[in-house]
Amino acid sequence: MDATSRLCMRTEMELERSCPVLREYGSEQSLLSRPDGSSTFVQGDTSILAGVYGPAEVKVSKEIYDRATVEVLIQPKMGLPSVRERAREQCVRETCEAALLLTLHPRSSLTVILQVVHDDGSLLSCCLNAACMALMDAGLPMSRLFCSVTCAISKEGQIITDPTARQEKESRALLTFAIDSNERNVLMSSTTGSFSVQELQQCIAISQKASEQIFQFYRDSVKRRYSKMQ
Amino acid sequence: MRDTPLSNCERLFLLKAIKEKKRLDGRQTYDYRNIKISFGTDYGCCVVELGKTRVLSQVSCELVPPKDSRPTEGIVFFNLELSPMASPAFEPNRQSELLVTLNRQLERCLRNSKCIDTESLCVVSGEKVWQIRVDVHVLNHDGNLMDAASIAAISALSHFRRPDVAIQGRDVTVFGPEERDPIPLSIYHMPICVSFAFFLQGSFLLVDPCEREERVKDGLLVIAMNKHREICSIQSSGGIMLLKEQVLRCSKIASVKVSEITELINKALENDKKVRKEGGKFGFAESMPKERITTLKRDEAPVEMTDVKETADDIVQRTETTTETVPSPILVATGTAQIGEGIVNSWGLDEDEDDELQTEDRKTDEVVVITDSEEEEVVILNDQKSKKTSKQK
Repeated sequence: MDATSRLCMRTEMELERSCPVLREYGSEQSLLSRPDGSSTFVQGDTSILAGVYGPAEVKVSKEIYDRATVEVLIQPKMGLPSVRERAREQCVRETCEAALLLTLHPRSSLTVILQVVHDDGSLLSCCLNAACMALMDAGLPMSRLFCSVTCAISKEGQIITDPTARQEKESRALLTFAIDSNERNVLMSSTTGSFSVQELQQCIAISQKASEQIFQFYRDSVKRRYSKMQ
Repeated sequence: MRDTPLSNCERLFLLKAIKEKKRLDGRQTYDYRNIKISFGTDYGCCVVELGKTRVLSQVSCELVPPKDSRPTEGIVFFNLELSPMASPAFEPNRQSELLVTLNRQLERCLRNSKCIDTESLCVVSGEKVWQIRVDVHVLNHDGNLMDAASIAAISALSHFRRPDVAIQGRDVTVFGPEERDPIPLSIYHMPICVSFAFFLQGSFLLVDPCEREERVKDGLLVIAMNKHREICSIQSSGGIMLLKEQVLRCSKIASVKVSEITELINKALENDKKVRKEGGKFGFAESMPKERITTLKRDEAPVEMTDVKETADDIVQRTETTTETVPSPILVATGTAQIGEGIVNSWGLDEDEDDELQTEDRKTDEVVVITDSEEEEVVILNDQKSKKTSKQK
């Protein structure tokens, strides 16, 4: 009965969330010893662990003479990676390629490995945020940072930011945007469901406003990390 | 990618330190590194940190038909994944020798010792049984993966809860976690692996070797034991010759270590159960250390929505106004129409894609008008071809 009452309380809290909010989020860097850069990003209960290797030796078949090869692996918690993970890997890889300065490391490889620790909605957003933190931790040169926000459109037309797994299931459309830090442009968008042009523009505007907080979080975490260097 | 090489000086230094009965990280011969067990939000999710070695384990269940040879027993399935995150030497989707060894040892340790009551997983004999799947992911490889994997697997199995099932006649009803509390698995005992690394022809042994010690070892002995001092499996590899007295001594050391680790697992399970019962926060987010400078957390933050609708309306209107600049077609003669002024392209459609869509609609109307006049079919075809050619150019 305790578990049931606790779940009812959680459900009521979720239903009361009418205005769009970002769930509590946090990150930790340099927690694994073997990768060159590692980070974990937590959004609510969704948790992703990211590791970055590179610049490292590349296979001859994947070698590109003027820039580095980016490889992204997303590993689910249960079972083997499927087509859904491959599609997400492509989104993350293209976003990382747009942000990284790959021409500085020709004929090398960068590998980003993302392990899903818990999935409670907004998984692709958490993957992109964890990947960005891991790339920063690895010290790779980037022309810009990127962060990601997920918006869900409920059946009544209400926009929910950073939805939970339950809200994702009940919504009729789900939109994920990767926003860059220079001009708040959209680097990547991934959508499911049906929505109108008006709703798309509203979601982009809300994501751009929410990204201000995440970029400020990046700045604060880097400031906190290098606070002992003085 | 290749693994980081170990230089000869480093290798000799390690062996010399072991000869003097010292370890590089300051441990004694029979010491384990710090073991930290944390549980996730889901039942059956567990992360074990053995020093810097980190292993994630997740248990899931599914109703499946049983095997024909054993119609009254459930199925327990183990899957160990060496993630490329753990070490650059691990490549995805490749069955390496280490993976096969670890996976098989985990199966022998947990399944063949019958520590899980598989008959209690039977729902309808011969038709429906629970299949328990244990996925173990290695996240960071700093030596002694076998011990960390076995601790993670047995902790996750002890933490896991399966849904409640009701049977009425031939109807089977599976209740969600909100309707009825899930039921824990029936676990008889907890076998845990203890690894011993041997050096210099078996003259020296170390418990819980780290990654560098594993690279210079001659042989490895893994003993799986429960806290009742019953041996579940022994595996010796590496090609060294062990004396009988050495194996007996290792089993005595293993019994001490297994008792300590079992107590640690039970303490962690009790802490998690207490936190869940009291309604406190649980999950991996709560286990992040908050005092480190590499960690930062933010509370729930609202997002401003004040001028979002106006911004969206502005963008949509800006897109719509450019549509009106498209000139209407000029009828030159019957069956012939013209957009723009002929030689110079003055459509104004160069950039926006939405405008092209609307123009295509108008062209469709023209084509319908043209096809009505049956007398000039040949001329119509020529006109279409010329238009397509001009489009391509």
